[in-house]
Amino acid sequence: MQRKYIFLLLILLLVVIAVLVDLPNPPQAVNSIMGREVQPVLGLDLRGGVQVLLQPSEGFEASSQNLDDASKILENRSNALGVSEQVFQVIGTKYILGEFPGKTNTEQVVSILQQTGLLEFIDAGSTYLEPGTVVQTDFGTKDPQQPASPDETGSTSELPIYHTVITGADLKSVNVTSDASIPNPYIAFTLSEQGTQIFKDFTTQNVGKYLAIVLDKKVVSTPVIQNAITEGEGSITGDYTVDSANELALVLRFGSLPVPLEVAQSTLIGPSLGQDSLNKSITAGMLAFIAIALLMILYYRFPGLIAVLALAIYIAISFAIFKLIPVTLTLPGIAGFVLSIGMAVDANVLIFERLKEELRSGRMLNQAIEIGWKRAWLSIRDSNVSTLITCVILFWYGSAFGASIVKGFALTLALGVLVSMFTAVVVTRSFLHLALDRTKFADHPKWFGL
Amino acid sequence: MKINIIKHRYWYFLFSLLIIIPGIIGYALWGLPLSIDFTSGSLLEVRFESGKAPAPAEVISLYGEYGFESPRVQSAENNTIIIRSKDMPQATKEEIVAEMENRFSSTVTVNRFDTVGPTVGAQVAQRAFFAVCFAALGILAYITFAFRKVNHAFRYGVAAIIAMIHDILVVIGVQVFLSHFLGWEVDSLFLTALLTVIGFSVHDTIVVFDRLRENSNIYRRIPYETVVNHSIVQTLDRSIMTTFTVLLVLLILILFGGITIRHFVVILFVGILSGAYSSIFDASPILVVWENREWKTWFKGKKTAQPTT
Repeated sequence: MQRKYIFLLLILLLVVIAVLVDLPNPPQAVNSIMGREVQPVLGLDLRGGVQVLLQPSEGFEASSQNLDDASKILENRSNALGVSEQVFQVIGTKYILGEFPGKTNTEQVVSILQQTGLLEFIDAGSTYLEPGTVVQTDFGTKDPQQPASPDETGSTSELPIYHTVITGADLKSVNVTSDASIPNPYIAFTLSEQGTQIFKDFTTQNVGKYLAIVLDKKVVSTPVIQNAITEGEGSITGDYTVDSANELALVLRFGSLPVPLEVAQSTLIGPSLGQDSLNKSITAGMLAFIAIALLMILYYRFPGLIAVLALAIYIAISFAIFKLIPVTLTLPGIAGFVLSIGMAVDANVLIFERLKEELRSGRMLNQAIEIGWKRAWLSIRDSNVSTLITCVILFWYGSAFGASIVKGFALTLALGVLVSMFTAVVVTRSFLHLALDRTKFADHPKWFGL
Repeated sequence: MKINIIKHRYWYFLFSLLIIIPGIIGYALWGLPLSIDFTSGSLLEVRFESGKAPAPAEVISLYGEYGFESPRVQSAENNTIIIRSKDMPQATKEEIVAEMENRFSSTVTVNRFDTVGPTVGAQVAQRAFFAVCFAALGILAYITFAFRKVNHAFRYGVAAIIAMIHDILVVIGVQVFLSHFLGWEVDSLFLTALLTVIGFSVHDTIVVFDRLRENSNIYRRIPYETVVNHSIVQTLDRSIMTTFTVLLVLLILILFGGITIRHFVVILFVGILSGAYSSIFDASPILVVWENREWKTWFKGKKTAQPTT
């Protein structure tokens, strides 16, 4: 008898925790325990966005260290360019997957990523910028701000945003040369036609000022504009050795990524399509629950009512787990979850059918519950394990290729199956005992649909 | 009421074949169109905000001007069209969308744009095949283990796998017809649905086998056929109830779940219906056929018909 109440207390505690987590704005305690805002994470298909799968360009081999490094650099780069909540992930031994929620322009995202290294020549005005300084520029922002005059920024707390004159995209060739007139080797570059024009205009107007060379938002060097550069040819001089000059030239040519990358696969989902899908699946989920509840109560009567209660608890716990892990909810993920409601029903159905059989053969009610549950357990266990095996294989299949859709489905279905085993076994049984142990079956056969 | 399912087992096998064989014939005739997930290429889904989508022929000729010969254009609801073509760079897509806005004088919203390069496509297809094989092996191993205390545990595993193959064939057969008449392609979601069907198929089969495992320990003197039939009938209520509930959920998803997952859910619906059928009418009767070694009489039957051997 004692055990019954311990179970009940445990269930009650779990339900309270689950409901607290499920609330749209969970209490502060939940957030501080998890160390973050506990909110459902929606997949790209529900909120819209761009997904890009990158692989090393043909002819290049990449070690996993290379890929990890590249993925980190990409992440910094897209941070610097004002893309938020993006995720980069190394997949297997060959791919990097990038996800950009809320983005609608694949071309923009791809151009940011494919840039072999974001090289900018920025207008530093009359300030000399130390190499290594991290700067903000107006490149990539939609509305290019007027360059803050560096002279005035000394007193204000805001960081200056420098104007980007040209970027690495305008570089045509880069070479390391040495010259008798200059002690150290230096880097000579030529510009594209468009770059030449911009560079000509700019340098003509700014002789004597500083032009900083910035790579991925970090100052590389800050040469003075000696005279107007009209032919689209220039050089970067400094304290370079042959090695360091070559290194810089390589970065300018191929970028700062350890390995050049190309797009292997890309997906764009419009935001309105995502919102529409989300609304529809929520409606479908609620309708499904109502339909199941009616069916269970009409067919199994009193135990059916308990099953519906168990199902509600099942949904609350599952959703709490999704929020806590967090599981990224995708459309097939939600489908997997709705489907696992069906599996949860099955566990209850198995128990109730056994219960009916035992009652028909004339057992006492509390005995019938216990025996019915024990006999149904083997079926529940074996059938669910086979579903779990499939889930594991689906997860493996999904994680290898960035098919996050498949992965989400497998994860929600597997979690659903595990939680449904718990609710069927612990919750349904405890409730049945609690409600019925003192009732005489003979008095109320109709309660059981017999 | 006494239901005897085992007695009519060959009729049920015949029914299964009547469902499966047209699918195989359809496959031989039309094949199965694979989506860009497996073949590589680009998929562009656009909605025309002004209320009227252009005719497919106009879109095909527009694509042709950009060097993309014979794209496949499919109309969807809400003035939306889906165009599948060869692998297309991002920049070209931008140009094409701009040209669409210009030529068909409407604002064009890009709902979806997917591009899959050729190397990825081939690997996805290969991995998919392994996924199915591993799932089958994993399940076979588990059943043989879970039923190790029953005589011929391996038979249960094989019968479950045959029922599973039955369901795979039914699903693929239905897909062949859906592809041919509605243009639904085999994509990674189809594969997910198929793998889920495999899981459910075995789930259903195991529930019946579990009863058989229990009963064969109790009724040791009763003929095997009777025990099998008894087990099926005992679990019939549960099978009907569960299948009905799951199908009801899927039906709701088909009707209200939105177009994006409709194909996926339809495949699940077909597969789960097939899984319920095969677990009752195929898997357990196969055990009886095996127990009685009935193929010996098939052979005799053939012998009288064809006395050459």
